Amino acid sequence: MKQLTVFIENRMGRLEEVTDILSKNNINIICISLADTSEYGMLRMIVSQPAAACEVLCNSGFSALLTDVTAVKLPHHFGSLKKLSGLLSSNSIDISYMYALTSGDDAAIVIKTSDNEKAEALISEEYEILGASKVYNM
Amino acid sequence: MIWAKEETLSRQEIEAIQLDKLQKVVARVYEKVPYYREKMDAIGMKPEDVKTLDDLKKLPFTTKQDMRDTYPFGLFAVDKSELARIHASSGTTGKPTVVGYTKKDLDVWSECVARLAVMGGATKEDVCQICFGYGMFTGALGLHNGLEHIGACIIPASTGNSEKQIMYMKDFGTTLLVATPSYALRLGEVATQMGLNPQTDLALKTALVGSELMTEPMRAEMKKLYGDKLVVTQNYGMSELMGPGVSGECTELCGMHVNEDHFIAEVIDPVTGENLPAGEKGELVVTCLSKDAIPLIRYRTRDITRLMYEPCKCGRTTVRMENLSGRTDDMLKIKGVNVFPSQIEEVLLNTEEIGPHYEIIVDRKNHTDILTIRVELAPASMTDDYKALEKIKLKLRGSLRTMLGLDAIINLESPNTLQRFEGKAKRVTDNRKK
Repeated sequence: MKQLTVFIENRMGRLEEVTDILSKNNINIICISLADTSEYGMLRMIVSQPAAACEVLCNSGFSALLTDVTAVKLPHHFGSLKKLSGLLSSNSIDISYMYALTSGDDAAIVIKTSDNEKAEALISEEYEILGASKVYNM
Repeated sequence: MIWAKEETLSRQEIEAIQLDKLQKVVARVYEKVPYYREKMDAIGMKPEDVKTLDDLKKLPFTTKQDMRDTYPFGLFAVDKSELARIHASSGTTGKPTVVGYTKKDLDVWSECVARLAVMGGATKEDVCQICFGYGMFTGALGLHNGLEHIGACIIPASTGNSEKQIMYMKDFGTTLLVATPSYALRLGEVATQMGLNPQTDLALKTALVGSELMTEPMRAEMKKLYGDKLVVTQNYGMSELMGPGVSGECTELCGMHVNEDHFIAEVIDPVTGENLPAGEKGELVVTCLSKDAIPLIRYRTRDITRLMYEPCKCGRTTVRMENLSGRTDDMLKIKGVNVFPSQIEEVLLNTEEIGPHYEIIVDRKNHTDILTIRVELAPASMTDDYKALEKIKLKLRGSLRTMLGLDAIINLESPNTLQRFEGKAKRVTDNRKK
């Protein structure tokens, strides 16, 4: 699954510009993550049409790129995230970052690891991995 | 090709011409310009006291302030009826500096520009697009007349409307571009944004850049954009002295040849005013030998360079001035360290992860100077990794510390967010002066 990453400097109205371009192109934002860094930040999003979104943003002068990430459905009970992180750490896979994704009554996360392929293989034995086409249409 | 025989004379022959012209011009300003006569009388000097070229040192300097004090025509040595044209500097602070030309002055000007256009690779076959602002500024008409003089075809495109500029370039088959180095880079960017490949879709062979400082990395950036075959040379001049035409680089790229039969170049210590030995870096001082309308004597250019008298591989024997390393008035003093914006630019242009545009901001907080540099992330360096971006910043900070001995705050921004300039770039904001 592709995540859209956009570089934005910390300036009034920058986020609005990005979201304006996406909305004018009928691109839906499924989920989003942005940290409170000081001068610039990376806006990470799962969107309905990642390739088209990346293209329109680049054409508007933004720095944007697509990154491979994994969406995992997690049961809504104690310890499920603990179990997932234990599974990755015991196999020496680093978690670069993760953020939440709503998925009906269940919880889900978007995760980027040091080895997405290996992580997906491991995770899929215990959890449901949400496919790109499913997530893009949420 | 060498345009004029005056470019290959022996030192002795050059100096003989210079002395003869110097004696005449000093006698003329003494007679015609009260301002000069008063200055010379004040130090007890008469035109006859100029017996050798060395005696030039005894003459008083002329400065920009002198031009302001005598605004508009006080330094003119001809009657207004003799004038064929008037130009003026932009005059961002106070009154503009006004210069005039007789018909003969305009001919000398064309000749001077023709020489440096030819040494930069121009030929009569060239289609020359002039992207300097036409108007009171000397740059556009100076290059215009000089290139016309060698028989080339001129497109007086002026500045602005970059898309249209690219259209002319492509449709008219422009082979030679005249622009500031930053606008030449900007045009390449615009061409790329328009979906063109500047290397294959344009016929550009030569760029004659001027009116602002070009650093070596900027030249390299231009060649990267337009293709390695592009010959980029810069030329030097200022409206007070004539406009473009004082000196220019030949294709050997080892400094700018001064048109010595029309100008005498000296280098002085900007603080003491003493002449420096050949080869030492200091402020360039120029005397106009061939101008009738406003022949300035020992004009302080405020540009920092050094002079090289060794003959050049190109066959010219005229003295070369090293490509400028800044202006005495551009120099910033940050935490007591002398900093030229060109030094910062060199570091930025050598860092491939960021683009060529930048802005320098100097603030003072709690009595401490703070240097902030805004730069753009190069599109190819875009990443999803904060650590990689921090690494770029650290690398840049390290290179700046090596070059300047100062720590700077780096502000990383998206491509195309910093201001682009079509004329002279204004990239320094010194908030300490506010």
